[in-house]
Amino acid sequence: MRKWRQTQIKLSAILTVAAVVAFFTSCADTRFQSVLNPKSTQAAEIALLWWVMLGVFTVVLLAVTLLVAAAVLRRYDGRRGELSDRQKRNMVLIGGVIIPVVVIFAFVIYSVSVGRYTASVPHDAPITIEVVGHQWWWDIRYRVSGRDLNVRSANEIHVPVGVRVKFVLESRDVIHSFWIPNLQGKTDLIPGRKNFTWVTATEPGIFRGQCAEFCGLQHAKMAFIVVASPEAEFYAWLERQIQPARQPVTEAQVRGREVFETTSCTLCHTIRGTQALAEVAPDLTHVGSRQTLAAGSLPNTRGHLAGWLANPQQIKPGSRMPNLYLRNDELDALIEYLSSLE
Amino acid sequence: MEKAERETIKAPSDNRYYSAAEVEDVAELDRTWASPTGIVGWFQVVNHSNIGRRYVITAFVFFLLAGVLGLMMRTQLMQPEMKLLHPDLYNQIFTMHGITMMFLFAVPVMEGLAVYIVPLMLGTRDMAFPRLNAFGYYVYLLGGITLYVALLFGIAPDAGWFNYPPLASSEFSPGMRVDIYAMLITFIEIAALVAAVELVVTIFKQRAPGMSLNRMPLYVWSILVTAFMIIFAMPVVMVASMFLAFDRNVGTHFFEALSPAGQGPLLWQHLFWFFGHPEVYIIFIPALGIISSIVTTFARRPVYGYTALVLSIVATGFLGFALWVHHMYTTGLPQLGLSFFTAASAMIAIPSGVQIFCWIATLWGGRPQFKTPLLYVLGFFFIFVLGGLTGVMIASVPFDAQVHDTYFIVAHFHYVLIGGAVFPLFGGLYYWFPKFAGRMLSETAGKWSFALMFIGFNVSFFPMHNLGLMGMPRRVYTYIEGLGWNDLNLMATVGAYVLGVGVLISLINVIYSAINGRESGPNPWDSDTLEWACASPPANYNFSPMPAVDSLHPMWDMKERGVRPAVTGVRTDMRQVLTTTLMDARPHALSNLARPSIAPLLLTGAVGLGFIGFLFSINWLILSFFLAFFAIVYWNYPRYDERTPPWKKEGENGN
Repeated sequence: MRKWRQTQIKLSAILTVAAVVAFFTSCADTRFQSVLNPKSTQAAEIALLWWVMLGVFTVVLLAVTLLVAAAVLRRYDGRRGELSDRQKRNMVLIGGVIIPVVVIFAFVIYSVSVGRYTASVPHDAPITIEVVGHQWWWDIRYRVSGRDLNVRSANEIHVPVGVRVKFVLESRDVIHSFWIPNLQGKTDLIPGRKNFTWVTATEPGIFRGQCAEFCGLQHAKMAFIVVASPEAEFYAWLERQIQPARQPVTEAQVRGREVFETTSCTLCHTIRGTQALAEVAPDLTHVGSRQTLAAGSLPNTRGHLAGWLANPQQIKPGSRMPNLYLRNDELDALIEYLSSLE
Repeated sequence: MEKAERETIKAPSDNRYYSAAEVEDVAELDRTWASPTGIVGWFQVVNHSNIGRRYVITAFVFFLLAGVLGLMMRTQLMQPEMKLLHPDLYNQIFTMHGITMMFLFAVPVMEGLAVYIVPLMLGTRDMAFPRLNAFGYYVYLLGGITLYVALLFGIAPDAGWFNYPPLASSEFSPGMRVDIYAMLITFIEIAALVAAVELVVTIFKQRAPGMSLNRMPLYVWSILVTAFMIIFAMPVVMVASMFLAFDRNVGTHFFEALSPAGQGPLLWQHLFWFFGHPEVYIIFIPALGIISSIVTTFARRPVYGYTALVLSIVATGFLGFALWVHHMYTTGLPQLGLSFFTAASAMIAIPSGVQIFCWIATLWGGRPQFKTPLLYVLGFFFIFVLGGLTGVMIASVPFDAQVHDTYFIVAHFHYVLIGGAVFPLFGGLYYWFPKFAGRMLSETAGKWSFALMFIGFNVSFFPMHNLGLMGMPRRVYTYIEGLGWNDLNLMATVGAYVLGVGVLISLINVIYSAINGRESGPNPWDSDTLEWACASPPANYNFSPMPAVDSLHPMWDMKERGVRPAVTGVRTDMRQVLTTTLMDARPHALSNLARPSIAPLLLTGAVGLGFIGFLFSINWLILSFFLAFFAIVYWNYPRYDERTPPWKKEGENGN
C-alpha cells in the first residue's frame, strides 16, 4: 500500500514535469513575436538562461510541494512520524538556507554573465538605427558607418543578418519601450535621455515588436515589424530607400498626389520629392513598400489602407491621425498614389 | 479569590464562573466601554473591534469591486479585437483595478485585521489612540468612495497604478484624472500611516504583563514589522504624488523630462518604487503571521523555529527596502549597479526558504486537521513558491528585459500577491470568523470555495506566463489576430470566472453563516493565543479581568493548568488599560484611553475637503487648513468630566 502510494507520488511528479515542459515547448515554434523562438545571438543567450532556470526551479517547486504533501499526508503512527529537533533543524538549515544560497549564488553569476553580453552595446557597430518613440508609432532613421543616410521610415525596421546593429532610442513625448522578443529584450525610450541596445540577427525572417511600456490610449496598437535579411539584400533595400518618392505615373496617381498635397496630409507627413516635409507623423516616402499600416496593427493592403484613410478613429480610437472626410473619388485617388510609393 | 465565594453565574460566552463582585465589575465595564448607538453614535465609535470590523468589511467590498473590474478586463481580452470596452474605459479600469487592490484592499485589509486581532492577542482592551483609529478609517472610506465616484463619472485615473510621468504630466494627461490619483493616494495613505503608528505603539506598550518580546505571537511580530515598513515607505509615495500634483497644478518641475538634470521621469520611478516594492512586503508579511497562527493551531503544536521565523520576518522587512531598482531594469541604468539589485532580489529567497521549511517542520508527522483555513495555507505553499521562483527569475537583468511589462510579470505578481496574501487572508477569514461573529463558517462551502479558487486561479494565471513569453505586453486593451495568443487568453478568462465563483461562495458563506452558523464558543479551534481567551464576539471591554501570560502559548497553558493568570486593579469606570515595558512587558503604568467622539469624523471632513477640493481650486486647501485646526482643537479639548475620575472631580469643585 505504502509502496503504491510512493509510486503514485513519483508518477504524478514525472507527469507534472512533463506537462510543464510540454506547455512551454508548445510555443517554442515558429512564432514571430516570441521569446522562445530566438533569432539573434542576444535572444538566444536569454532563452538558454530561461530554459536552465525553468528546469532548476521546476525541480525546486516540485521538491517543496512534495515535502508539504509528505508533511501533511503522512499517516500518524505513534512516534514514528515525528522528527527530532535536530532533524527539524537540519531540514530548515539545508532546505531554507544552504540550498537557496548555493542556487542563488550560481544564478547570480550566470545571470550577470548573460547580462554583460546582452547589454554590451558596441559603439563601433557598422549600422546604427535611431528609433524615436511617438504616441503611437515608431520613427526610424539609418546611419551606416556613422553617416546619416537621410533614410527615414516608420514602424518597420530592416537589419542585415550576422551584423551587429546598434539602436539609439529616444522619445519625443512619453516613455515607450522598444522590444523585439525574437531578437532582444526591451529598453525604454525615455524623453530627455538616450538609451542604447543592440541586435545581431542570426537568421533571415520577419519578426514583430511592440511597445512594452504603457504609453496611453493606443499603447496596444503601437507595434512594428523587423525584417532581417542577408546583407546584400539589406543594402539593396537601403539603396531603394535613399531614393526620393517615385513619381506618379497613371492619371489616378497624379490626382492622388494632388489630393495629398492639397489636403491636411502635408501638415504632418513627409513624402520626399514632394512639398510634404512635416515630421510629426510617419514618413510616407516609401509607404507602399511597407508591410503594415497604423503601427503594425493592419496588413498593408489596398482594402485596409482604404479603411484606415476613411476612418482612422474607428481602427485606432484616439490616434493622432484625424478623420479626413475625403470624397470617395479623392479617397480612391489617394489610395492609388500611396500604394504606388514603393 | 476563595473558591467558596464564587457564585454560579455562568457566562454563556466564555464558559466560566464569575463571582458577584466580578459580575458587578463586568456590568460596569460593559457600560464604560459601550459604543454609542444610533446614527450619530455610529460616527462616534472608537472601539478597536468596531473599527477593525469596518476596515475589513470595507476592504472586502473594494476587493469585490476590483474583482469585477478584473473580470471586465478578462472579458475584453477573451478574444482578439473585442469591442466590449473602449480603450479609454479599459485604461481607467486597469488603473482602478491596480489602485483598488493595492491601496484600497490589500493594505487596509491587513491593517484592519490587525486592528481587530492585535489588541486581543496582546490581551488589552483597546488600541493606544482610539480616536486616531476612527479617523484613519473615515479617511480611507472617503478616499475610496471618491475614487469610485470618479470612475462612475468616467474621470478615474488612467495612467496605470504606478502612473509614470511624462504620461501622467498635465501635457499628456490633461484634466482631472491624474490629479485625482495624486491627491487621493496621498489622502488614503494618511489612513495607512495612522494605523501603522497606532499598531506600533499598541504592540510596544500594551502587551499583557509577561508577554516579553520573545513571547509575542508571530502574527504580532509580522504586524510590527509591517507597521514599521509602512512608516518608512508610505511617506515616500505621499511626497512623490504631492510633487506630481504640484507639477500639474502649480507648474513646478520635479518630474519634467527637460529639467536640468534630465532625469525627471526617472526620479518618479525611483521614488515610486522605493515605496512600491516595500508595499509588496507590507501586503505579504502580515500573511506570514496569519499562516504561522493557522499552522500552529491546525498542526496542534508550537510552531517550529520561532526565533528563526521572527528573524526571517525582520530580514524580509529590511531586504524589502533594497530591491526597488528591479522594477527599473529596462531604463538604461548601468549594469554593475543593476547586478547588486539582482543579488538583493534573489536573497529574499533565503528568509522565505527558512519560513517555508519551519512550517513544513511544524506540520511534519503531526495529525493536521484539514479544516478550511489549513487548506488555504496549503494552497499558499504551492502558489507562493511558484510565484517566488518566477520572482527569482525576473531578478535576472537580461531575462527581465525580455519579460518586463509583459503578461509574465502579470502572472508573477498575481502568484505572489494572490498566493502570498489573498489565500492566507481567506484562511485567516475562515480561522478568525468565529471570533468576529461568534459563529462558525460552513466547512463544506469553505472547501468548495477553496477548490474553485485554487483551480480557477491557476487556470487563469498560469497561462499568462506563457503569454508573456510569447510577446504579449501588459496593459493592452486588445491584441491582433494571428499571434497565437487566442487560446491561452480564452483559458485565462475562463479561469478568472471560476476564481470569481470561488470568491462568491465564500461571500455567501460569510453572509449566511453570520446569521445561521453554528455557535462557536470562545475557542473553537483550540488555538494557543490570547484572542481566543475572550468571548466570541468579544465583549466591548474584551477581557475581564485583563490577562497576564507566562509563555508563548497562553491558551494551551491555561487548558493544561486550569488557571488563568490575571491582572487586577484596572479601573472599571473609565476606559483604562495597563501599559507595560517595551522589552519584558512588566507593568509600569495605567493609562486612560479616549472616549467615543465625533471629532475624528469632523477632522476627516476638514482634511478631505482640502484634498478633494484641491481638484477644483486651491482655495479649498486653505479653508481646509483652518477647519482642520479647529477640528484638532475640538478633538483634544480637555473635558474634565470624561478624563477625571469622579472622586477627584468632587474635590476640585466643578473644575
